[in-house]
Amino acid sequence: MIEREIRVGLVGNPNVGKSTLFNSLTGMRQHTGNWPGKTVAVATGEHLRGDTKFVLTDLPGCYSLEPRSAEEEVTRDFIMSDEGEVFGAVLDSTILERSLILALQVISLCPRTVVVLNLADEGRRRGIAVDRDMLEDLLGVPVVCTSARDGTGVEEFLSAIESVRERDGERGTLMTPEAAALRARDIAGRCVTVTARDPRRTEQILDGIFLGKYTALPVLLLFLCGIMWLTVTGANYPSRVLEGVLTDLGEVLRGSLTSIGTPASVASCLVDGIYLVTARVVSVMLPPMAVFFPLFTLLEDFGYLPRVAFILDGAFRCGGGCGKQSLTMCMSLGCNAVGVTGCRIIDSPRERRIAVLTSGLVPCNGKFPGIICLISVFFAGSAGASALCLGLVILISVGMTLAVSRLLSSTICRGERSAYSLELPPYRIPRIGQVIVRSVLDRTLFVLGRAVSVAAPAGLVIWCLGNIPSGDGTLFSEMARLLDPAGRFLGMDGVILLAFLLGFPANEIVLPLMLMGYTCAGVMGDVSGTAEMGAVLTAAGWSPMTALSVIAFSLFHFPCSTTILTVRREWGLRNALLAALIPTLCGVALCLVLKLVGTLI
Amino acid sequence: MENKAVTLDRLLPGEDAVVTELCPTSFAPRLAELGFIEGARVRCVHRSPGGGISAYLVCGATVALRREDASSVKALRWPK
Repeated sequence: MIEREIRVGLVGNPNVGKSTLFNSLTGMRQHTGNWPGKTVAVATGEHLRGDTKFVLTDLPGCYSLEPRSAEEEVTRDFIMSDEGEVFGAVLDSTILERSLILALQVISLCPRTVVVLNLADEGRRRGIAVDRDMLEDLLGVPVVCTSARDGTGVEEFLSAIESVRERDGERGTLMTPEAAALRARDIAGRCVTVTARDPRRTEQILDGIFLGKYTALPVLLLFLCGIMWLTVTGANYPSRVLEGVLTDLGEVLRGSLTSIGTPASVASCLVDGIYLVTARVVSVMLPPMAVFFPLFTLLEDFGYLPRVAFILDGAFRCGGGCGKQSLTMCMSLGCNAVGVTGCRIIDSPRERRIAVLTSGLVPCNGKFPGIICLISVFFAGSAGASALCLGLVILISVGMTLAVSRLLSSTICRGERSAYSLELPPYRIPRIGQVIVRSVLDRTLFVLGRAVSVAAPAGLVIWCLGNIPSGDGTLFSEMARLLDPAGRFLGMDGVILLAFLLGFPANEIVLPLMLMGYTCAGVMGDVSGTAEMGAVLTAAGWSPMTALSVIAFSLFHFPCSTTILTVRREWGLRNALLAALIPTLCGVALCLVLKLVGTLI
Repeated sequence: MENKAVTLDRLLPGEDAVVTELCPTSFAPRLAELGFIEGARVRCVHRSPGGGISAYLVCGATVALRREDASSVKALRWPK
């Protein structure tokens, strides 16, 4: 029986373990939604204890309550409104002084605050001891020690929330950052005892390697190649199994449709069209995502990603953007749509817009299988050689991103270079279980849901095109013939161009669509094995030059509809069109250059 | 080595300084929130090869700033 409800807002700097505490309190009883009118994700969840329901809100990590970014504005608005009755100000014990600056501002505004001293065990391990009682005296609000990792201190936190709720909730005036920083220094000086000779030893050793003059770039490339290799090879087998299972299921579906008397053409439309295209997208897309995003989140949790932004800042400065753009590019490798939402981590609107508009220049997981196939059919037989080619392809896309960023920042995204700060958080051992659960739930399913919702209608359209007769062939072949001059102009042909256009909902189906066009099948057949595929493509008149043009165009063409819709939702129609137009122009230009080079040789 | 007035971008890895003044730019409040206030001890811990961006230890946290932004923080170099 729930008798009362307490609304709690969790506030803290980025990386203090706020979300870990939130997750351990709410478990699966949470949902993430966008703040009204803003594209800032705010998660809310519930925790039941006895007759009390705690409604928790995980506010975006921020450094102050003076709004200078959308995230800070959301946090400030939340604290100013009556949404939260009690606040939990989360501190990182290992960097107490800095995390106190925000906590002091929160307390000055709202005295009904509980201070959460997180990562206390981590601090002890590093030889940093915080005097909790002293801190409580100096702050005048309850202080609880938690280790969100193993869930200790959670009960105390909830009890403290109940007790401060009874207090007078009169709002005060906001402390200035300068005053808060001064007071934080004073408090930290009195409460913190450092017993270890050098508590930052781990950081020093690891940063010596990760940020070292000669080691930084090789290590970065090693991580990138490792992740790509694991994603591509690790996803191969599950992809095939999933496809097998889903195809078998399709036959069962067809069988049951026929047995209840459905006409053959309708059954084929439903199964070969809608069902099989969706199944194909799911089986090609899901396994790489399920490998890539957890790996990416592990690196994020470990604390390596901000270091990447540090290392690559120089390169992106040349492009007119900021180092954080390298992170959104990495996310784009998984999925362009996730890359676009990930651009929220870039504070300044100008640099953020550049990152959004160039996100489509990075090949996503959906484009990789096709590119790898073509590489292994036409250029490199061995796995090692095709991995090398793939690395080259990624480098080309990075180069293109920098060049286009540069162009944008001197044309439509002109403006002052904005100042920015980048925190390099302490290294932490990633919480593997939580990482997998959260990255699968937050990123993978999000992407999958939207992909399925566009793949199903696309399947219907493709089936109709492949089966409705027109002229000598089908609508598909008719359209391919119409597009042929344009395709030839780019060094490809009409079928290829039509496949790219029909692949707009999901890049995974581009290569199968080409094969469907060449074999004149009415459905996306399964041409399996590189040898067979090579035979079909060569019979259709492909030369290595054609393959190169197709690789170039699949690297740079309009991103999938999911990405475009995401850009439209967050940045409006104009930017969505630009995000589609920019990579397409790059692809057309590259194909023309290739064709020119081809005729010269 | 005497205490010499510098701006933060001039510090090399391993060098300590005490902040004396923040130039009143629009970025100054953010720097203050990060702990760059008068009297704060700062240590440069990393510098990118070109010197375009450096990491500083301030208030126990490591924060990276670009050269142009770090140059708006005046400090006194502090001998070890």
